[in-house]
Amino acid sequence: MAFRIWRFAAPQVFYPIAGKMIPWFMAVAAVLAALGLYIGFFVAPTDFQQGEAYRIIFIHVPAAWMSMFIYLVMAFWCAVGLVLNTRLSFMMALALAPTGALMTFIALWTGSLWGRPTWGTWWVWDARLTSELILLFLYIGFLSLHAAIDDVRRADKAASLLALVGAVNVPIIYFSVQWWNTLHQGASVSLTRAPSMATTMLAGMLLMALAAWAYSIAASFMRVRSIILERESDADWVRNLSEVKSP
Amino acid sequence: MTAATSLPVQRAAGGLRSVFLSVVERDLVLALRRRSDVLTTFFFFIIVVSLFPLGVGPEPDTLRTIAPGVVWVAALLASMLALARLFAGDYADGTLEQLALSPQPLLVLALGKILAHWLVTGVPLVLIAPVLGLQFDLPVQALLVMTLGLLLGTPVLSMIGAVGAALTLGVRGAGGLLALLVLPLYIPVLIFGAGAVSASAAGMSVNGHLSLLGAFFLIALVFAPWATATAIRIALE
Repeated sequence: MAFRIWRFAAPQVFYPIAGKMIPWFMAVAAVLAALGLYIGFFVAPTDFQQGEAYRIIFIHVPAAWMSMFIYLVMAFWCAVGLVLNTRLSFMMALALAPTGALMTFIALWTGSLWGRPTWGTWWVWDARLTSELILLFLYIGFLSLHAAIDDVRRADKAASLLALVGAVNVPIIYFSVQWWNTLHQGASVSLTRAPSMATTMLAGMLLMALAAWAYSIAASFMRVRSIILERESDADWVRNLSEVKSP
Repeated sequence: MTAATSLPVQRAAGGLRSVFLSVVERDLVLALRRRSDVLTTFFFFIIVVSLFPLGVGPEPDTLRTIAPGVVWVAALLASMLALARLFAGDYADGTLEQLALSPQPLLVLALGKILAHWLVTGVPLVLIAPVLGLQFDLPVQALLVMTLGLLLGTPVLSMIGAVGAALTLGVRGAGGLLALLVLPLYIPVLIFGAGAVSASAAGMSVNGHLSLLGAFFLIALVFAPWATATAIRIALE
């Protein structure tokens, strides 16, 4: 009767379930992205200030949201792993990091492409740009520390502690950069858009955000399955898997 | 080395404070026996700061503008350079393991090591910084603010850095990795440390900046020794 959620913390239970869920999330991501891009490019009206260039928002904003959200999810799994010592939590955190770093990079890259036509510059030391750049450094630090330690258990714990230290620091860094920016009176441009955003624009952006969400889940599940196979390669259940058995 | 190792254990009966003080004392003695290590950090700081006028040009106006940032970035780098020695020696000869096995909380021992490390690497930077500021033609008021800011900020750098140093113990390519882990976390201290000097030079109030540096100090004092102790245990597992 009782639905025992802890069962899913076992890699051999989670592995097949994740495998079954990947195609669904991928399909959802593809459909939502197609819809979102259609609305973004053909339905949403042209911005009266920025012209057509603003349409990069449909990729830029979802990627920026995901980049921050994935860091939080990663830090959550790190905390769970450190407290409960569950193997799968560490694997999940490790699987999320590259997707988070990718989203951060996409947000920076598209932001730069967007800045050129609208602000006339590839980069400004705006608070959001700067903290996004620092977020990328945090992701890279997490992955580098994990890669530098050979002992998997130690690498998991050390990188998790680093992720938690980073999570405590993210708000401090964000507000520091924001206050620094206002103190310096540097870039006068702001990413904050006019409050009157057309409903179709918002719909396109939300669809794209959900697509990014589904993609991130699917991608990290694929990665976590590889990590499970790698780490549990000595276990019987892995040897008996049909995809492992067949030569 | 054994005499120095057993020092905290001998005084274990004397309570936390004497354990803390004996860790500080031991690390200070060790640092003074290897003075070249301390001097390296000190001269690194001076050399980095002195390079900027050569690279940027000797215009006093330009130098005055960049001075706060230059001094603070150099302080960040110097403090990071010194981190490699914070735990590495004790880790290599097993002292760190003995400290972790002692009945005293590792958190207190880690804090003692951080304090000793700051005394030998942070304090010299704070003392020499006004002299370097003079080379950049900073007004006296700004020099005072810079010294005060460094006095508040360099302990934060040591505490944050200690977490990174403990995480990278015995890791391949620890030096470069340490920079990657620690420097992004130093950014708030840099912003408000250098901001205080700039504000002072521009004739504005520095209370906000210094208060925030003080807040960072307190937050770091609460979290960093705990995180450092956890990181040391992870490294020793």
